[in-house]
Amino acid sequence: MVGAVRAREEFWDAVRGVLDPEVPVLSVVDLGIVRDVREEGDTVVVDVTPTYSGCPAMRVIEDDITTALKEAGAVSVRVNTVFHPVWTTDWISEDARERLRAYGIAPPTGTAPVNNELIPLQRRVEVVPCPRCGSRTTELRSDFGSTACKAIWYCVSCADPFEYLKPI
Amino acid sequence: MPLSDFLLRLGDDRLINGHRLSEWCGHGPILEEDIALANISLDLVGQANLLLELAGKEEGQGRTADTLAYFREGTEFRNALIMELPRGDFAFTTTRQFLVSVFDALYLERLQNSKHSDLAGIAAKAFKEVRYHARHSADWMLKLGDGTAESHQRTQASVDELWRFTGEMFEMDALEIDLVEQGVAVDRTALREAWRAEVTRVFQAATLTVPDDGFMQRGGREGRHTEHLGHLLAEMQIVARSFPGAEW
Repeated sequence: MVGAVRAREEFWDAVRGVLDPEVPVLSVVDLGIVRDVREEGDTVVVDVTPTYSGCPAMRVIEDDITTALKEAGAVSVRVNTVFHPVWTTDWISEDARERLRAYGIAPPTGTAPVNNELIPLQRRVEVVPCPRCGSRTTELRSDFGSTACKAIWYCVSCADPFEYLKPI
Repeated sequence: MPLSDFLLRLGDDRLINGHRLSEWCGHGPILEEDIALANISLDLVGQANLLLELAGKEEGQGRTADTLAYFREGTEFRNALIMELPRGDFAFTTTRQFLVSVFDALYLERLQNSKHSDLAGIAAKAFKEVRYHARHSADWMLKLGDGTAESHQRTQASVDELWRFTGEMFEMDALEIDLVEQGVAVDRTALREAWRAEVTRVFQAATLTVPDDGFMQRGGREGRHTEHLGHLLAEMQIVARSFPGAEW
């Protein structure tokens, strides 16, 4: 077993340059799914935690990380899948939330609702402002959208649907 | 390997349920629901992939999630029968998803504390996903149950048809009792009351009647399945078996 050390900045920068293929304004580091980048001898090891169990982007992300690190001079690369701690949208930084909004996707509001009642029979009181006009007169259309991580909302003021990166 | 047998049960439940949901892709009653069913399917197949991969690893004979999914015979599948029943109409699919997702949420919430750390991690992730499945299907139970005369009738008929398949979710055997004692698995029988209470609460709001528990179908955990599983597997496995080793 070779001792592991924190990876050099150029390797971290390479990983920071990898964008989420589905949401190309966020890097994999902004998303919080990269848990560690370290060097074990000649190998750069990256710990990645999945966003959703079935997210098809995860494999693309692993390939993109490997390519980026090789381009930055890594001799060999290993991408590990780790399950602890479990990913939450709470890890998305303020700055990244702002970029999401500018891109047209409403960022997650508040914190992940893991401790709420399993099935609230009263409709949720969650307010999700429209990322385009800022209106708070919006309504949930479906908790499931174009990707696993997004819900479909509707802005009454714009009379248009928008996407919401749902808290999880 | 007792642990891999247990993981097959968890993985197969999600694989078969997920496959049934995927059959709706392009056939949903409205576009949003088509997308939702496909997304729930994707979550479940993703969870199955993680669990079957772990099953193969624990078994130690070099089988991967893909070999387990595509190259086992029907009698080797360990899913509960409720997962394999044909998708039926939208009321049937919704009712099954509701009954299964409520169970799943209760089960996974506890499985997060498993002493098997990879399993605990997979469960913690899956739990968050399944909460959305439970809420989504509960929303539809309210709309369908308390909707038109036809939607109510179709939903109640689905409840009555599915009820005798719900008992198997709570079944324990020597294998799982042993794993519960080791702190790896969760006692299914202990979830019955909480499940019934949650289902009853939603059914009351949806003007649906909770059936009495009568005869319960079983057999999936031992590989005794309905005829429907064979048809499902034929479709799910055909490409992998026709072109072994193919990549795309």
